[in-house]
Amino acid sequence: MPVRDYIRERFFPHIWCPGCGHGTVMGSMIRAIENLGIKKSDIVVVSGIGCSSRICGYLDFHTLHTIHGRALAFATGVKLSRPELTLIAPMGDGDAFAIGGNHLIHAARRNIDITAIIMNNSIYGMTGGQYSPLTGYGDFATTAPYGNIDRSFDVVKLAMGAGASFVARTTTYHVRSMIKILEKAITHKGFSVVDILSQCPTYFGRKNKLESAVDMLKYYKTHTIPIGSKEKEKNPDLIERGIFVQEKYPEYCAEYDKIIEKASKER
Amino acid sequence: MKKNLLFVQGNEACVEAALYAGLEFFAGYPITPSTEIAELLSYRLPKKGGKFIQMEDEISSMCAIIGASLTGKKVMTATSGPGFSLKQEAIGFAVMTETPCVIVNVQRGGPSTGLPTSVSQGDIMQARWGTHGEHAIITLTASNNQDVFAMTVEAFNLSETFRSPVILLFDEVVAHTRERLIMPEPGEISVVKRLRTSVKEGTDYHPYLPREDGRLPMSDFGGVHRYNVTGLMHDMWGFPSDNPKIVYGLMHHLVDKIEGHTKEITRIKEFFIEDAEYLLISYGSSARTALHVVENRRARGEKVGLLEIQTLWPFPADTVRKRCASVNCVIVVEMNMGQILHEVKKAVDDPDKVFLANQINGSFITPTDILNILRIIQGKGS
Repeated sequence: MPVRDYIRERFFPHIWCPGCGHGTVMGSMIRAIENLGIKKSDIVVVSGIGCSSRICGYLDFHTLHTIHGRALAFATGVKLSRPELTLIAPMGDGDAFAIGGNHLIHAARRNIDITAIIMNNSIYGMTGGQYSPLTGYGDFATTAPYGNIDRSFDVVKLAMGAGASFVARTTTYHVRSMIKILEKAITHKGFSVVDILSQCPTYFGRKNKLESAVDMLKYYKTHTIPIGSKEKEKNPDLIERGIFVQEKYPEYCAEYDKIIEKASKER
Repeated sequence: MKKNLLFVQGNEACVEAALYAGLEFFAGYPITPSTEIAELLSYRLPKKGGKFIQMEDEISSMCAIIGASLTGKKVMTATSGPGFSLKQEAIGFAVMTETPCVIVNVQRGGPSTGLPTSVSQGDIMQARWGTHGEHAIITLTASNNQDVFAMTVEAFNLSETFRSPVILLFDEVVAHTRERLIMPEPGEISVVKRLRTSVKEGTDYHPYLPREDGRLPMSDFGGVHRYNVTGLMHDMWGFPSDNPKIVYGLMHHLVDKIEGHTKEITRIKEFFIEDAEYLLISYGSSARTALHVVENRRARGEKVGLLEIQTLWPFPADTVRKRCASVNCVIVVEMNMGQILHEVKKAVDDPDKVFLANQINGSFITPTDILNILRIIQGKGS
């Protein structure tokens, strides 16, 4: 199917700013699904609130645009109720790691088969550029006019620590590998976290002297390296990308099926 | 002894009724005094192939049941005061997206942590206005196990009929009182099934286009129709819209579908009210005390009656006005500072004849608490 068959054209144009990385994520997500050959009616996309979360409206799947931070809680209800469906939860970094942080670690702990896609632009875009838990130390934001003193989360370490069975990182510059990673994350049986660095030239870029989308994409190119690259030894500030964890743990819905079996045998 | 006679707590009666009504999915978080509902359902639901999940918090419990409801399941969560506060934003999401769901709030003393194991009826207004923005809501209550059963089934039925969250506002006394429950036979109480669309695959389905009768047939997530659900104001496709005409229409639809059917939603019980000179108005466990006073006074020839309100929201103002028209005076009996008192005062022709008999110290309201007020009104001294 051509890519346009996966989108709801009648709802375009989208709300994302020129140069925003979120469209690239949406395009890659569609291509991954196309490559996997999953039926549109078997996919449920659940999002929260923010620029990233508007992705729901544009996609021709079952789409649920919920409240701030709670995408994974809604997705858990959908998935446990209908385990045969493919659940994808695209979230912003504030959505997933500030207001929704609790749901992310618990979904990871349960290892429920949902793919969490973090559209990580290190900023609250929809409200106009406030610092998020993924804004770096010293970065600027509309609520950090003197520079951010919060330390940022390391998405990969946090997801690993919480028990996610698939953890990966990629960027909007590395589109081909993003598609491959998304394919693997979606087919992975368990909770997957994909951290995608996605540029926000309008707010993050403007506040941090990366004024065009091109500058920001170049930054992703020069400041990230594949996992295990020796360059990391020379420059520890480089960000690793690739698949960090890919493990088989018991999946929550499959475990619940066992409970049903056990319970129905008892009188 | 009849086979279907049970000796149970109110919380158990609620569980039996939810299963009777076809509950398939429950998400919750431990909180006193509602926890028995979660405990029992963790045991009972998987036996019938249903799903139970203990979520990481109150908010996610509310969100999970909404997600499950969209896939076509009958859903419920249960909580108490602090948890009810936390669920409010997601309850608003269910209002806006017209997702059927049942929320049990076993009231305890508040505000804040308050009195976790004591009785209160302090959440009447929170049930009405807890979530932000203009909206309508359905809230039911009950005073004994048999009514807990009936109102719980009713809550599921109304949530499906009106595509709305329905709040079951019980209280600690009702939830923890052990008394008999006669289990209705299957089919004895009618159970409303989800109204699903007859629109075929390949034909446009408009999830938010009401039929002529105002109802919106649903299509299960995972079924043949793919559509968008959002907490934003939306058009008939479920797509975000800030078009003033669409917003106006949606606001009216959301409010009118409930407020416009108040009569149909109203459940009320009347005791000795035909010739009553003094009318008690009560609900929940307070109504048990009120009924005791009424029976006791009637035995002494005093013309006292009781109106037990089971549908708190939408408030049955017309019914209350009519029943209060011919009585000398009205006493609202409740365990708060007068939350339903104000609704009654608003409803009646003469608000000056409406008084409050209440208890707010965490103890269950006693007949004396009511009699003291009644005697002052009757001019029998204090």
